[in-house]
Amino acid sequence: MTPLRELNAALHGPEPEQHWCVLNPRGAHALAAGIDAAIEVEIDGHAGYYCAGMNKLATVRVHGNAGVGLAENIMSGRVVVDGSASQSAGATGHGGLVVIRGDASARAGISMKGVDIVVQGSVGHMSAFMAQKGRLVVLGDAGEALGDSIYEARLYVRGQVAGLGADCVEKEMRDEHRAELAELLDEAEVDADASDFRRYGSARKLYNFHVDNAGAY
Amino acid sequence: MRESALFDRNTIAEIQRAAREGIYDIRGFGAKRRVPHFDDLLFLGASMSRYPLEGYRERCDTDVTVGARHAAKPLHLDIPITIAGMSFGALSAPAKEALGRGASEVGTSTTTGDGGMTPEEREHSRTLVYQLLPSRYGMNPDDLRKADAIEIVVGQGAKPGGGGMLLGQKISDRVAEMRDLPKGIDQRSACRHPDWTGPDDLEIKIHELREITDWQKPIFIKVGATRPYFDTALAVKAGADAVVLDGMQGGTAATQEVFIEHVGIPTLAAIRPAVDALQDLDVHREVQLIVSGGIRSGADAAKALALGADAVSIGVAALIALGDNAPELDADYAEIGSAAGFYDDWHEGRDPAGISTQDDELAARFDPELGGRRLANYLRTMVLEAQTLARACGKSHLHNLEPEDLVALTLEASAMARVPLAGTTWIPGA
Repeated sequence: MTPLRELNAALHGPEPEQHWCVLNPRGAHALAAGIDAAIEVEIDGHAGYYCAGMNKLATVRVHGNAGVGLAENIMSGRVVVDGSASQSAGATGHGGLVVIRGDASARAGISMKGVDIVVQGSVGHMSAFMAQKGRLVVLGDAGEALGDSIYEARLYVRGQVAGLGADCVEKEMRDEHRAELAELLDEAEVDADASDFRRYGSARKLYNFHVDNAGAY
Repeated sequence: MRESALFDRNTIAEIQRAAREGIYDIRGFGAKRRVPHFDDLLFLGASMSRYPLEGYRERCDTDVTVGARHAAKPLHLDIPITIAGMSFGALSAPAKEALGRGASEVGTSTTTGDGGMTPEEREHSRTLVYQLLPSRYGMNPDDLRKADAIEIVVGQGAKPGGGGMLLGQKISDRVAEMRDLPKGIDQRSACRHPDWTGPDDLEIKIHELREITDWQKPIFIKVGATRPYFDTALAVKAGADAVVLDGMQGGTAATQEVFIEHVGIPTLAAIRPAVDALQDLDVHREVQLIVSGGIRSGADAAKALALGADAVSIGVAALIALGDNAPELDADYAEIGSAAGFYDDWHEGRDPAGISTQDDELAARFDPELGGRRLANYLRTMVLEAQTLARACGKSHLHNLEPEDLVALTLEASAMARVPLAGTTWIPGA
């Protein structure tokens, strides 16, 4: 067994190999965290917390499930999970693409700042909480309080939404939105029709505090 | 006419303001109410049974190493007084630069805030601590690697349990871009971290940060003083290299007045329980304790160290040293309804001193070189004061100060600091 420290140190090296395979990950935390190179890492099994955390440039594929904070604060590159992801997937991500073939749990895309997240299954409650920028696409259903206190992120959901959070509203799906969604689905290698989705975003009523809105906070 | 002690003029004015505006008061600065503090302690000095050290001849060292528990590159600071986290956004870019200049001149660290790291700040800070806050504004792995240490902010003394706040007037183009927010909105950042909940998760989060930075950087955990024994013990358990403990007097750029004045415990009351936790876990001096919240002088610093802190941190005092609330600006303060010595509307961004603003014209009034020199002067004075007191107690290093060197002036301070009431051997509750 290669110790985690040795693996990550090698991935952070000055000129890392182009292709990596992590066998028997056994749910280790911080697998492939902090990569800053256009390399490919395949994780053959389940990953623990913060897999591919703060990723830059790399493509990380998890052939299994991922724990809390998958690709948290991702800057660029691509993280793809064949199974499901636990809470806070793609949290605070600034860029890049996160694809989850199964479900994501609560707080998917929390505080996202520019990342694109595509979930083929469903997402749990409080997803896209305080989402600032970027796009969250959900092919399944979304749990309670979707997009609570959302800023400028755009949310696309194909299934049912259990409830919208404070200041999150359904918005008109125009051609430009269908076009950007189709492109994103294509990039995520997901077969779905963009016109089957609804769009949600900020009503922008809570952007500046007004005492008449105090009940919404 | 008789003024009411219960409904004093501040209380009456606040009721009238609330009735007029329909919203709580938001302000900067820290707690203004009187609470037991370091003023309520005295050093005993040397006597028949203790030798003092010669003031100008015998050494009294002041250096401190922070973060050697797990980090390959711990911080080596020349003085045990650091600059607390204050954001670019809350402060102008030149003010952040001045903090870096002043701190670097005397060999200590400065700290980013809820808004990311600016290049000016990095360039002018010899030792820079990078905060990881719930909002994660501006957080990125490049700056993480550029930092000299990482501080995970769980809370701050001015508002334990509260998130950050930066009102629309201060969200300029540059601040908006750094925080990925629209310009001009009221930014209210989260009070809980987005990707961990509780100390067990935090341990895993710290592990991730260490992996990302290849175990080079010290990792601090900052907490507001509320339950310092448990918070310190849990921080140690989570793997922190240092614990930053911010008492209720700790400053803020913008917080509800009710939060500032009514949540958290005084700095004086927080230190001994935190030291107890470190001692119980046998890591006192291995995991450093950095205390902040109302540190104003070398005497305050020396007393905090004597109670077991490894270093102290200043925020409000540093801003005053830069030129905040300067008497020569009294006419400018009057124009915005305040006065020199009273100005605390730091959230409004109209600071005539050019410190707590994002207005380019106001910020241009502040000279970062001069501000840096003033801060360095102030820090040097604090260190000289602390050394004076330590030598008087016969100590060749500030860290050799101990509770035995102190007595208390009041019952409250005696009970909180666990040093005897002056002239007695009595410690209430001991």
